[in-house]
Amino acid sequence: MWQHVLTIFIASALINNFVFSRYLGLCIFFGVTKRMETAIGMSFTFTAVMLVEAVLNWAIYNYVMTPYHLGFLKIVIFIGTVAAFVQAADTIMKKVAPALYYKLGIYLALIVTNCIILAVPLINADENYTLFESMGLAVGSGLGFSLALTIMASIREKLELADVPKSFRGLPISFVLTGLIALAFLGFSGMITL
Amino acid sequence: MYEQMTNLLIQIFSQALHLVANRLVPLVEAGAPVEASGNVPTSTVYTTLIVLGALGIVFGVALALVAARFVVKMDPKVEQVREALPGANCGACGFAGCMGYAEAVVGNPDVAVSLCAPGKSAVAEKIAVITGKRAEKMEPKIARVFCQGGTSLSQKKFIYTGVQDCTAAVLAAGGDKSCEYGCLGYATCMRACPFDAITMSADNLPIISPEKCTACGKCVAACPKQVIELAQSSKAVVISCHSRDKGVDTKKKCQVGCIACGICVRTCPVDAIRIDNNLARIDHAKCIVCGLCVRKCPTSAIFDYIPERTRAYIDPAKCDGLDVCAKVCPVNAISGDLRKVHVVNQQKCIGCGMCAPRCPKKAITMVEAPPAFAAEEKTKAEEPVAV
Repeated sequence: MWQHVLTIFIASALINNFVFSRYLGLCIFFGVTKRMETAIGMSFTFTAVMLVEAVLNWAIYNYVMTPYHLGFLKIVIFIGTVAAFVQAADTIMKKVAPALYYKLGIYLALIVTNCIILAVPLINADENYTLFESMGLAVGSGLGFSLALTIMASIREKLELADVPKSFRGLPISFVLTGLIALAFLGFSGMITL
Repeated sequence: MYEQMTNLLIQIFSQALHLVANRLVPLVEAGAPVEASGNVPTSTVYTTLIVLGALGIVFGVALALVAARFVVKMDPKVEQVREALPGANCGACGFAGCMGYAEAVVGNPDVAVSLCAPGKSAVAEKIAVITGKRAEKMEPKIARVFCQGGTSLSQKKFIYTGVQDCTAAVLAAGGDKSCEYGCLGYATCMRACPFDAITMSADNLPIISPEKCTACGKCVAACPKQVIELAQSSKAVVISCHSRDKGVDTKKKCQVGCIACGICVRTCPVDAIRIDNNLARIDHAKCIVCGLCVRKCPTSAIFDYIPERTRAYIDPAKCDGLDVCAKVCPVNAISGDLRKVHVVNQQKCIGCGMCAPRCPKKAITMVEAPPAFAAEEKTKAEEPVAV
């Protein structure tokens, strides 16, 4: 079983990287990678929310939705859970760790509407993963996303000084870069077969 | 207990749903006969509604509990101050963003209300009203460029073809400009300015818009040559040069550099200028912005930011001959016997404006230059001074 969890973890972090292989979460990916500092802040917040979210949604899916045959409500309920949890986390963080709140609080609001956050519980539900497999996928996806953010932020910081043709400046060159990194990430495919 | 309550809730829900469903289902069948009605069992509709409703209630109660348990007592003043601030999060106040400053200024009695540079005195007054602190008079500031040696007026050491950015150019032997202290002209400041207040002139020098500049200091930090400084915007006469080279060397490298000749020092009526390290410096606390030095400077290194100077004019009907203006005038342009009507010598008047506010009878007004003077001013302005 643990081997399977590890496989899922590595597969979701590298082979099926959400940004570079599934092309999800691009809005945040391009939004926060202008500076390394914001990219790292987002990575931490994202991975933490993802993990808790996967556990919560796994419990709701297996103990509420499956017994009542409500599989078709996945999207609605998962979004609701994400929103409720993020709001609660926001409130608690403001009281317990104000310093952390002012550093990471702005990212929490962005996370609510993120597609990776929704994709992870949906994949967990579709594949009928166990609790640990779900957690493996969540942490793997979180780290994969962090990796993508870190790579992109470090390149974009250098890009500021590069002499980019005028029509490519800003977002266009970032998309070109993302495509190139995605090509590189193709190299991981076939490393593990699920 | 818990079991009973959930049972009760479910019963109430199902009763209510029966009522709704009995009315709804026929309607659906009538309106959309084939696809919509389908074969969805009514029980699924119930469980869906119950589960969603229950989840909603659970989340709602949980959030309410969390909000009540982890309530953060915020001073409403902080929010008010936050709204009064511009919200650019530029950090010119020295705190982490506008929120940080709002908290500090409300919570800490030693934090001044006037620290927001982009907000200027209007915001300072608002914050003073909210916090009950006293707003001290805030001298508005502006970024000034201390170099006039554009491409046409200065020499180059070599041809630089690297990244078109001052921070990059300065790595190549201190930049391509012969003058070590001058503006490199690759517009790093322009890109750093969050308010679009900086444009580049045709001669590759930054032009700062006095309307848009908020004195946030971003360009000062961005310039690798420290050519830009924050200065009081009322002190409109500045020595636009940072060259500490000897006069001869400065002259070789740039046509508009300060050669430390000392003419301005001798000209200044209030002894505000001194020469230090081969560079004339104006003591802005003493400077009366008379503009005398601007005219005398042989290399035009001193720049007057007042576009057109006005002249003093004494209304004979109001003048009581109190002689205050004549004593104040730095260039002795006003003459007249005590208790007699005074007159301003338009040839001598430099438009410094010192006399007007001092007149007890308010007899002095500052007027546009007479035609003879306007012509002279024009020839002066046509000289190649590009800032």
